[in-house]
Amino acid sequence: MIPASLIPLPTNAEIARRVSRIELPWNRHGVDPYGIDQAELARLFTLLGFFYHRYFDVKVYGAANVPARGRAMLVGNHSGGWALDAIMVIASAFFDLDPPRLAQGMAEKFIQRLPFLAWFTSRIGQFTGLPENAVRLLEDDRLLMVFPEGARGTAKLYKDRDSLVGFGTGFVRLALQTGAPIVPFAFVGGGEAIPTVANLYKLGRIFGVPYVPVTPWGAAIPLPVTLQILYGAPIVLEGNPDDTDDVILGHVERVKRRIASLITQGRELRDGKRKETELVLT
Amino acid sequence: MKVLVTGIAGALGREVAKRLVERGNEVVGIDVRPWYHPPEGVRVVQADIRKRPAEDVFRTMRPDALVHMATVTHLTHRSRDRFRINLGGTQAVFDHCHAYGVQQAVFVGRHTYYGAGPDSALYHTEAEPPMAVHTFPELSDLVAADLYAGSALWRYPAVDTSVLRLCYTLGPLRQGTLAAFLRGPRVPTILGFDPLFHFIHEFDAADAIVLALERRLRGVFNVSGPPPVPLSVIVRETGRSGFPLPEALLRPLLGRFGLPKLPPGALEHVKYPIVIDSSAFRRATGFTFTHDEDATMADFRNAG
Repeated sequence: MIPASLIPLPTNAEIARRVSRIELPWNRHGVDPYGIDQAELARLFTLLGFFYHRYFDVKVYGAANVPARGRAMLVGNHSGGWALDAIMVIASAFFDLDPPRLAQGMAEKFIQRLPFLAWFTSRIGQFTGLPENAVRLLEDDRLLMVFPEGARGTAKLYKDRDSLVGFGTGFVRLALQTGAPIVPFAFVGGGEAIPTVANLYKLGRIFGVPYVPVTPWGAAIPLPVTLQILYGAPIVLEGNPDDTDDVILGHVERVKRRIASLITQGRELRDGKRKETELVLT
Repeated sequence: MKVLVTGIAGALGREVAKRLVERGNEVVGIDVRPWYHPPEGVRVVQADIRKRPAEDVFRTMRPDALVHMATVTHLTHRSRDRFRINLGGTQAVFDHCHAYGVQQAVFVGRHTYYGAGPDSALYHTEAEPPMAVHTFPELSDLVAADLYAGSALWRYPAVDTSVLRLCYTLGPLRQGTLAAFLRGPRVPTILGFDPLFHFIHEFDAADAIVLALERRLRGVFNVSGPPPVPLSVIVRETGRSGFPLPEALLRPLLGRFGLPKLPPGALEHVKYPIVIDSSAFRRATGFTFTHDEDATMADFRNAG
């Protein structure tokens, strides 16, 4: 992906104003201490706004569960052959919260090795997924976005689109260490948008990415389908971040069950088996 | 207080010396380079810190404190010589501190200690180990000197030692690694990368070094000023123009066509940021910078 600043796209003035309302310590150049750039964000969200509001039909439930201020972790499932889910959650935190917030993901390490992608992700606050970065961002009271399935999650095939693969434990230790509430979320529909039939790992190695997803029409260009994001009520974990793995895994399981329940509800809503009023997000 | 400053003839060394004199200290300097007209109160001995005349300065002058700034980079010195100056020189001056009753020592090191790489954290804290010595061997002697100076804390506990990891300096003196990189009208950058650069005004850096001495700091401290700035902004605000090239093309061109001669490892520093967390230093000393990033870049730009 090429930085938005290199694409001659106009910046929507209203979106630029909304970007300036994101509560981060901007300097007078509109840059924060991490190098996040308002101008770059405004171009990004102008572009994302089209996909978020027009190309896809994105339905968001329970946005009020995301704290308006202060540290918090958005923890959810991967759905879709690449980071479409992350991009839509970033758009959702920007367009559906008031004041808008910047969800900061923990990116795969390979991203920083790729020209342009490294530049672009750095300017929009999507940093490498290192414990040091995560702790620092949370201590600065930011909104962190975590996919505990990691790259295994985006590699899910179409038939496994609503399943969850193994969760890492780092996010739980992080929440315990920083006292950040976990906002569980489900992303449903990514599998329909990008129905992966195979992942080409050897081709990926040539391009320096983990794999290249393939859909029935070849390239992993998403279909304009309905996507759902369901935010659950925040979970505040209590315990010692240095507890042994069996204790930590208990917390992980609790969060994982919450996310699985949200996925099921989203799926039922989609299939007409449940009404919006019957959602249990708390 | 009688303060010995090694590397005094450098741009930053002179600023430190001036401040020390202004604050009522007696200053003795050692440098292989001359300083022809030092201000009153500054005595300069032209000598190599690893040689006998330098030791004689310790023996006869009996300084109370040392500011060790006599380290060099790959930009000015080729490998063998550099290694001897950086590591041999640091060993010699700390041994002399111990032997001749110097009570405190400030080692002025560099934030490049932490190294730059795709998987390194954005803000580095003092406890982190050096991570990029294998990709940038030209840094290894500076890293070793930093760690060796830090070891004085347990080897010579009677000497209050502080190791300062100073970010890049920039300003009207136009000296140092970043200034050298920005020297020409066209600055080589790597296509598709725009790392943050962390810099502090030269005068603020000199103030911070003097403050470390006055507060009798012990330990290892990152020293920085304003928040970091993307390289593209530095290039623009200093009146340069960027010269972005794909990495594969830039490597063979280094040192030719007016581009700076850099070792291959240095390119990592043009791709990835080295940003430091200096909150421990600010807490310990109350240090505040007086030149923000804009004033610093403007001073650099307007000086030449």
